[in-house]
Amino acid sequence: MDTQNCFHCGLDIIKSEEIIFDHKSFCCNGCKTVYEIFSVNDMTCYYDFENSPGSTPLDIAGKYEFLDNEEIISKLLDFQETATAVVSLNIPHIHCSSCIWILENLQRLQEGISSSQVNFPEKKVRISYNSDAVSLKTIVYLLSSIGYEPYISLENYETGKDNVDRSLTYKLGVAFFCFGNIMLLSFPEYFELTEFWLDTFKPFFRSLIFVLALPTFFYSASDYYVSAYKSIKSRMLNIDIPIALGIIVMFVRSVVDIVFDYGPGFFDSLSGLIFFMLLGKMFQIKTYSFLSFERDFKSYFPIAITRINNDTSEESVPIYDIQKGDRLLIRNQELIPVDGILISDKTAIDYSFVTGEADEITKKSGDKIFAGGKQMGKVIEMEVLHSVSQSYLTQLWSNDVFQKKFERNHKTITDTISRYFTPALLLIAFASFTYWIFIDTNTAFSVFTAVLIVACPCALALTAPFTMGNVLRIFGKQQFYLKNALVIEQLAAVDVVVFDKTGTITTNKKSNIVYEGEALLNKNILQLKNVLRASNHPLSRMLYDMLPESSKIKTTYFEEIAGNGILATIDGVKLQIGSASFVENIIESDHLQTAVHIKIDGKYLGKYIFKNQYREGIESLFKNLNNSYQIKVLSGDNEGERAVLEKLLPQGTELIFDQKPEQKLNFIKQLQDNGHNVMMVGDGLNDAGALAQSNVGISISENVNVFSPACDAILEAKQFDHLNYFLKLSKKAMLTIKMSFVLSLCYNIVGLSYAITGKLDPLMAAIIMPLSTITIVSFVTAMSNYYARKITK
Amino acid sequence: MSVIYLLIGISICVAIGFFVAFIIAVKSGQYDDDYTPSVRMLFDDEIKKTPKTEIQTIKEKQI
Repeated sequence: MDTQNCFHCGLDIIKSEEIIFDHKSFCCNGCKTVYEIFSVNDMTCYYDFENSPGSTPLDIAGKYEFLDNEEIISKLLDFQETATAVVSLNIPHIHCSSCIWILENLQRLQEGISSSQVNFPEKKVRISYNSDAVSLKTIVYLLSSIGYEPYISLENYETGKDNVDRSLTYKLGVAFFCFGNIMLLSFPEYFELTEFWLDTFKPFFRSLIFVLALPTFFYSASDYYVSAYKSIKSRMLNIDIPIALGIIVMFVRSVVDIVFDYGPGFFDSLSGLIFFMLLGKMFQIKTYSFLSFERDFKSYFPIAITRINNDTSEESVPIYDIQKGDRLLIRNQELIPVDGILISDKTAIDYSFVTGEADEITKKSGDKIFAGGKQMGKVIEMEVLHSVSQSYLTQLWSNDVFQKKFERNHKTITDTISRYFTPALLLIAFASFTYWIFIDTNTAFSVFTAVLIVACPCALALTAPFTMGNVLRIFGKQQFYLKNALVIEQLAAVDVVVFDKTGTITTNKKSNIVYEGEALLNKNILQLKNVLRASNHPLSRMLYDMLPESSKIKTTYFEEIAGNGILATIDGVKLQIGSASFVENIIESDHLQTAVHIKIDGKYLGKYIFKNQYREGIESLFKNLNNSYQIKVLSGDNEGERAVLEKLLPQGTELIFDQKPEQKLNFIKQLQDNGHNVMMVGDGLNDAGALAQSNVGISISENVNVFSPACDAILEAKQFDHLNYFLKLSKKAMLTIKMSFVLSLCYNIVGLSYAITGKLDPLMAAIIMPLSTITIVSFVTAMSNYYARKITK
Repeated sequence: MSVIYLLIGISICVAIGFFVAFIIAVKSGQYDDDYTPSVRMLFDDEIKKTPKTEIQTIKEKQI
């Protein structure tokens, strides 16, 4: 078991910090402790299902004190009666089968837990426990101690039990049941219509088919009638009108056929049609239930905060109970939930969430601090100025964009087609009716209905759902998660791409200085730090900030050679710090990389590499995008980075700095008013307004499970350089849809030629309908898969 | 041939039975999570592998 990676969490082990326990190596004490807990409880088969499945438990002392508050607990619980309680906790770390196993065996770690069940796609665990024997707080601490810290935010506090909408599943089930049975019962009629025994049983078979068709017609297809009615009311001809018309005509004609014994009717085609269309709907709905696309500040805010009462006692109170004048205690890394005044001496606050500015801001006693900042210093006290709903940050959400749950009046490609399709269809139907009425009234009616039946744009309506559904899945596999299938169409229409700077084209990761070479002794690091203190070079400053705090040693000799490096003597040791040519007379191997080389007492030791803080592949991405899109960069930061960005980005890229969240929103709006389709790529809350306003808002996230503001799509940060690929593929998806429209129109023309000449019989309909459906579905799936592979990343 | 009434009656009843089972399954939320059960069913054998026997042998030795 001599691995370089931690047995528990799989991270690389730093040699000096390696901990060997039970013949296994661990990267830190936390991981070792989790292993100990598991091995004491005979639960080491946690490690059998997956290699190094765990995560390092973080220090959470005091973070969940609010779980002592009965009122808060009762809001979090799904169910409580006498001593039995059930709680659903969101655990972002759930990612493999080991996680499922350990979380479903919690009762072996903690008495009082009766059972637990994991919902993997939603990354949730549902725990039922005995609230007399164990408290929710104990459970949360237990979970955190084994590396599965639950994510509890203000959102959990408000949402009640959400009702899952399963009506589509029911409708599909009903349609399938009826379709199958009707098909079975229709079989005798397909083959022979004159045989004696069939004539005897015909009424029985037909009435049974009729009864089976009723639930499909009235229940399963009900959405189409509603949608058709709505679209007529709003004077928009969408695809559901000809569908609903086709279904209704089919039903009425079949009833007439059966009652007057003209024929077997079209109930088989009718139920099949409804079934396939519902199947398409189902396929299109691919939800990433572990992601949330509707997040607002509530998912970021803690659920409770520590209040200091007048008698200096501390108490956890729900955030909504905070009033003006209260005194709050904010710990390190906690989010400030309300606007207030700092009482403690001083602190640093990270506002990157709100403003997008990366630097921490130092606040002194008496300064105003705003909600949304993360407290980076020691424990502070503050006095409340506004309640939560009146704080500066939360007021952003009173902007119109967030108020209405509006459906943007986006015309889908299917609707655009149907604007021509529906009138054309009606025209053909009436034309053939008027032609036949002079020859034979009966045939005229039958032709009229046959036209409407056969032209029912089933294949047309299925094209988009299946293409989009498939592309949605292809995107999902590459960690680009869309809110729904409509987004693909909007992606294809985009012509302006707006990027946020901080956190979007730059990374948030602070640790971008790494050391490479022979390990430095602690003594050397100490000397290095002291030498660097005297230098003003930006790289020296960055390196100085990164090295650990140390005691002061006096430098005996110091010389800084501009453009080269530092020569210094300290502790009797000669240090050479600087560029490769200066230190070692070698040429930098990788000129894109910035490095500081170290030589001590004439011996070359290694180099500190400064990783580019811009995301990888950004240059080529922008170059590719620049061919077909206008690119703009919006930033909450000041102009400091302008020169670097201008060098990095293609010429003509518009750079706009010092943008507040509202200004970003207005900028997008302005572009849209000028007739552009805007895609906004951002992160964090400061972009929330712009993301909501844009046609397509994409949120970049380092950890898709936790942080992402309301948006249309979430992109895993690692896949950022594939953005162009996704845009290209969405365009190809639209092309696929158009091709398949042509194909399905061909089917319609063939069907219509039978209908107009009065030759359409039920068997013909029963063949054409599934045939067209299956070919269309396989065509679009094959095409979109082909494009997904063909387009280069 | 009137047996056909009976046969079709039975077949419809069986089909309705399955249909009701499906509705109940959906209602109870079995279709909400279609991934976890597939992993969960593989666990049962593994859990029994706990080294309880080891503890017993130690006790025996002490006696």
